[in-house]
Amino acid sequence: MPTDRPKGSLDAEMFQKLVVRKWKVSLTLAAIMLVAYYGFILVLAFAKDVLAYKIGEHLTIGIPVGMLLIVLAWALTGVYVFWANSSYDKSVKDVLKSMRRD
Amino acid sequence: MDQIATSIGQPNITSIVFFLFFICATLVITYYAAKKSRSASQFYAAGRSVTGWQNGLALAGDYMSAASFLGIAGLVSLRGYDGLIYSIGFLVGWPIIMFLIAEPLRNLGKYTFVDVVAYRLSQKPIRIAASIGSLMTVCFYLIAQMVGSGSLIMLIFGMPYELAVVIVGMVMIMYVLFGGMLATTWVQIIKAVLLLGGATLMVFLILLHFGFSYGEMFKQAALTYGDGVLSPGGLVTNPWDALSLGIALMFGTAGLPHILMRFYTVPDAKEARKSVFYATGLIGYFYILTFTIGFGAMVIVGQDVIAAMDSGGNMAALLLAEATGGTVFLGFIAAVAFATILAVVAGLTLSGASTLSHDLYVSVFRSGKSSEEEEVKVARIATLGLGVVAIALGLAFKGQNVAFMVGLAFAIAASANFPALLLSILWRNFSTFGAALSIGTGTTLAVGLIIISPTVWVDILHNPMAIFPLRNPAIISMTAAFAAGYLGSKLRPDPEASRRYEEQKIRNYLGVGAE
Repeated sequence: MPTDRPKGSLDAEMFQKLVVRKWKVSLTLAAIMLVAYYGFILVLAFAKDVLAYKIGEHLTIGIPVGMLLIVLAWALTGVYVFWANSSYDKSVKDVLKSMRRD
Repeated sequence: MDQIATSIGQPNITSIVFFLFFICATLVITYYAAKKSRSASQFYAAGRSVTGWQNGLALAGDYMSAASFLGIAGLVSLRGYDGLIYSIGFLVGWPIIMFLIAEPLRNLGKYTFVDVVAYRLSQKPIRIAASIGSLMTVCFYLIAQMVGSGSLIMLIFGMPYELAVVIVGMVMIMYVLFGGMLATTWVQIIKAVLLLGGATLMVFLILLHFGFSYGEMFKQAALTYGDGVLSPGGLVTNPWDALSLGIALMFGTAGLPHILMRFYTVPDAKEARKSVFYATGLIGYFYILTFTIGFGAMVIVGQDVIAAMDSGGNMAALLLAEATGGTVFLGFIAAVAFATILAVVAGLTLSGASTLSHDLYVSVFRSGKSSEEEEVKVARIATLGLGVVAIALGLAFKGQNVAFMVGLAFAIAASANFPALLLSILWRNFSTFGAALSIGTGTTLAVGLIIISPTVWVDILHNPMAIFPLRNPAIISMTAAFAAGYLGSKLRPDPEASRRYEEQKIRNYLGVGAE
């Protein structure tokens, strides 16, 4: 295993902040996905009739809800990519810069 | 069985032409890739030269199997709304991959997810344990795909089962053996484009039939088959079963070795993220198409005709293709289904071969001391071996109901691979013993519980009552794997591994030192 420790010491506080911020975003988004999906599964398992509720003459609420879950999964990954590729990567650069300065 | 006017089951000139064209095009790519794939990084990871968009397509290609295209369309056509439940389950693992493991995987690993699990732990025991989890997942998935493909090709083309299995096996061996990851990636990309294009065209033809109104389609479905097709029916009866299946599908996706391996083909974490975003979008779009195709087939073809062809509904999409676009379109979709099978099997074989050569041969038997030429040579031998094994298993399991094997592959991936991977990324005090115990517990429980579950105990072994009540064991086996990882790490801590956690963290979050 190669030693990948970068030269110079790490600004521990700055790095720690970055890690915390990354998990705040990751876990919030993951929680939204988990609540939405397992909420759906639980409704399906325990209160099936809710999804059979009619919102049109020939449309149950279950169909748009299902479609929305698919779109939500995609949208959440989009939010994450947008955040990570702009904000997170910039902070990573800052931390790396601070390491080189030492 | 009523006589149905269809040319499914007869060799169809259009499909043969399309299929030969696909084989030729992909073999030409393999020929060019062969010149490049001499180094280990080229063979396993396409030289890390794949862009986010290409990898997104390839990931989607790896994930969209013929089984999920034909199977879910069939399920929707016969059961209506219930089919959508599977589509959603198959998609929701992707955000989890993105938020929890995509970046660490790319930043910490080299060629396989086992690299990440083993990063700071004792190499030999952990590589052996993690390789077992990885190989079991690949093998069960492979058997399901091979048997499924043989039966499908037999139904679609009227070709003998054995011949179909041998063709799939041989062509797949050629892609992986000569072209490595580069050729496999391009096979996936071409297949993904063909599959998405074909499905889009089919949905266009369906909507043409209904005057571009989903409402009209649902209305006709409800008028013919009752309002029940628009709401959840009998597929999910036991609440715990539903939850357990949900867990297996969601976290299993995040533990599939051939999917995780794709993250090493892109140059950095940024491209890895982009590829998950594209893949999720493409797969979500694909499942919405499949849902539409299912309802289209229900109304345009009719449930009686679909069920008469194949009781599982697997021919729904093909019958619909013939009904909306004639024999030419049927030929095209049949060829796409064949190509899809080839591509998924190739991806699985490559990931199995990587684990055999990179994780077991080089890291365990040679203690990391092996030249790159030797490693690639072993990977090629492993590919050949796995290819032959896949053909043999395909022939051995002929006629068996192997649908449970997909469920088993996802259950093992969720129980053996995912907990160990996540804990080694997140938990400082995760120890070698804890990891081995977690993988061992997850694998044993997933396999053991599925054997005594209704899926095998009643449906296949014909016992009157199942010992374990759930059809999918993930809720128990994944929970137990996490618990075993925790207990094992508490019982036999690994101070060296905890000490190296800081170093791992820097590389994980900053990408320093990632290849």
